[in-house]
Amino acid sequence: MVWRTIARTLRHRPLTVPPDAISDAATQDLADRLAAVSKRRLGRSLAIRQVDAGSCNGCELEINMLNGIVYDLERFGLRFVASPRHADVLLVTGPITRNMQDALRRTYDATPDPKFVVAVGDCAVDGGVFKGSYAIHGGVDSTVPVDLVVRGCPPTPAQLLEGLRLLVEANAT
Amino acid sequence: MIAAEILRAAPTAPCAPFPRHVLTPDAWAALVDALQGDRDVALLSMWADSQQVYCLFHDAGNGDFILASVQVDAGAYRALSPARPAASWFERSIHDLFGHVAEGGTDDRPWLDHGHWDQHAPLSPRATPSLMAAEPPQFLPSDGDDLHQIAVGPVHAGIIEPGHFRFTAQGETIVRLEIRLGYLHKGTLGLMRGKSPRAAARFAARLSGDSTIAHSIAFARAAEAACAVEAPPRAVMLRAVMAELERVANHLGDCGAIANDAAFAFLPARFGWHREALLGASFAAFGHRLMMDCVIPGGVAGDLADDGSILSALAAIEGELPGLLRVYDDYSSLVDRMVGTGTVRPDLVHRFAAGGFVGRASGRDFDLRRSPAYAPYRDMAFDVPLLQAGDVDARFRIRVAEMTVSIDLLRRLLAGLPDGPLTVPLPLASGEGIGWAEGFRGDIWTWLRLDGGQIAAVFMRDPSWLQWPLLQAAMEGNIVADFPLCNKSFNCSYSGVDL
Repeated sequence: MVWRTIARTLRHRPLTVPPDAISDAATQDLADRLAAVSKRRLGRSLAIRQVDAGSCNGCELEINMLNGIVYDLERFGLRFVASPRHADVLLVTGPITRNMQDALRRTYDATPDPKFVVAVGDCAVDGGVFKGSYAIHGGVDSTVPVDLVVRGCPPTPAQLLEGLRLLVEANAT
Repeated sequence: MIAAEILRAAPTAPCAPFPRHVLTPDAWAALVDALQGDRDVALLSMWADSQQVYCLFHDAGNGDFILASVQVDAGAYRALSPARPAASWFERSIHDLFGHVAEGGTDDRPWLDHGHWDQHAPLSPRATPSLMAAEPPQFLPSDGDDLHQIAVGPVHAGIIEPGHFRFTAQGETIVRLEIRLGYLHKGTLGLMRGKSPRAAARFAARLSGDSTIAHSIAFARAAEAACAVEAPPRAVMLRAVMAELERVANHLGDCGAIANDAAFAFLPARFGWHREALLGASFAAFGHRLMMDCVIPGGVAGDLADDGSILSALAAIEGELPGLLRVYDDYSSLVDRMVGTGTVRPDLVHRFAAGGFVGRASGRDFDLRRSPAYAPYRDMAFDVPLLQAGDVDARFRIRVAEMTVSIDLLRRLLAGLPDGPLTVPLPLASGEGIGWAEGFRGDIWTWLRLDGGQIAAVFMRDPSWLQWPLLQAAMEGNIVADFPLCNKSFNCSYSGVDL
C-alpha cells in the first residue's frame, strides 16, 4: 500500500497546490516596514513558533493544514519549530486572555532578535467577538508588537500561506 | 432511598424537554449521600447561575436523563465531588465564576481564576475586586523515592492549545500527571448573557472551533426547546449533514495526528489529503471550511449549494480507508507504539461517564444520536462501534470505524433531503431549555434560560470535561515520551472546558 501509493505519485503531478503569485506592492510595503526591525538578514528561511493565546482552536486547525502535503509550508523555507528560542516568527492566535498574557510575553522575550510577530485570525486583531470580556486583554498588539495581520475566522490555509510567504519575500528583499 | 428515587421525588420546574427537579438543600445532601454507594446514576454536567447549582444525571439503570437543581444557601451548597469525582472541576469553576462554595468538596484550589482578572466571581451579581495574587499554582503531592517533576506548558511544542501538564516521574515512568487548564478562559458565558439566541450563537460556534457545528446544534436545540419551536425538517437534515462532515473531518485529522506522533509520516500525509478534500467540499457546499455560523437557532443560515464535491470526497475516503488501516496493521513498529499505551480502565470510563471515542474505546456504549436520540437520527438505523481495550490503538480504531458509519449516514442524509424552509423565527419567549448533540468528541449538553427573548443564564458542556481527568489516569505507569501520543488519542478540547 505504502509503496504502491509512492509509485503512483511518481506518475502524476504533485498533490501540493501550486503557489499563487504574490503582490509586489504588498511585498515592498512590508519589506520597508521590516527593514527598520531586521538588523541582519535571516535569508529566505524562517522558523515559526505558533502560540495560541486564547483561540477557540479554529485557527489552529487551519494552521495545522499548512504542514500537510496540500499546502506543504516547507517548500517555501518556512517550518514550525518546537521552541521560541529557535524561532524567527511568532504566529499568535486568539484574543489575548488575561490568563495567557504572561505566557505570551515570556514566549516573546524568549525569542531571539530579530523577530517578527504575525497575528492570525479576527480575534487576534482586537479581541474579535470576545472584545469587552473581563477575561480578555485585547488583540495581540495589546501585549507584543505586531508586524503582520492575517484576518479570517479562521483564515484559510491559502490565506495563511500568502501572509507567511509575504514575510519571507519581504525579509529577503 | 436510592439516588434516582430522591431525584424523582423532588417537585419539578418547567424545562424543555426534561423537567427540572428542584431539590431542597436537605434533599440535595441526601442525594449526595445516596450517590456514594450508587453505581447507576452518572453525572453528565454541573453548572450554576447566581442563585442555584444545576446537575444533569444519567440513570444507566433505565436510561433516563434527569435534570436537578438546588438553591445556593448563604453562598454555599453541599459538594458533590466526594461522591462523583468528575464534579471537582465543575465545582472549582462554579466557585471561580459565581463565588458559590462547594462545602466538603475534594479540592478547593482555584481553577479558571488564575489571579489575573480584575474581579472575583465575575458572573456573580456581587462581583468584588479581585484580591487573589497570581501565585504559582499548587500541585498535588506524590510520595516515593527518586521522584522528579517535569513542568510542561502552557505554551507547548506543537501547534496545539495551551495548558499546563505537571508530570511526576520516576526515571522515565510517569507516577502522576496533573493537568491545569483555564488559560483560554474568555468569559464566554458572561458575554452570552443579555443577548438573543441568534446573537449568542456566535459564541456557541466559538467555544471549541473543531466542534463548531456540534456546539451550534446543541445550543440551537436548547434555545428552540426554551421557545417551544422546532427547526424545519430540511434544516434538521442539513444540520446532520454538517455534523457528520465535521465528525469525519476531525477523525481524519486525529488519525493522521496520532500516527504522526508515532513518527509514521505516510498516514498523516494521506489522512491530511482527505481532510483537505472534505474541508474544500464543505466550503463548496456551505461557504465555510469549518461551517462556522452555518447552524443558527431556528434552523440553518443557508442552503446546501453543491453536494457533488461532498460525495466525491466521501467516495475517495471510503476507497482508501481499508488500505490505510492495512498499512497501520502491517507496520509492527507503529502498532507497537499504539497497543497497550495509555489504557483507560472501563470502570473509570463509567465512573466519569466519559463519552465519545474515549468512552466507546473502553466499552461504554453511549451515543446521544441513539439515546436520548434526536432528529433526524431517531429515524435512522446505524452502528455505534464499540471496543474494550481502552488504549491508543482502540481509540484510533473507533475513529476509523466511526468514519465508515458517518460516510454511510451522509449518503442517506443527502439522498433524502426534504424540500421546505430553512428557518423558523424564534418568539421573544421566557423559558428554560436543554439541548444536546453528539459531536466528534462525544456528548455535548447545552442548558439555557431565556428571559424575554434574552439569555439570562447558559452553560455549554463540552465532552472534554469528563475526558481530561481520564487522561491523567491513563498516563500512570506510561513513559513520559508516550504522552504526546496518548494526548493526541484523547484530543480533548482546551477552549471547550476553559469557557
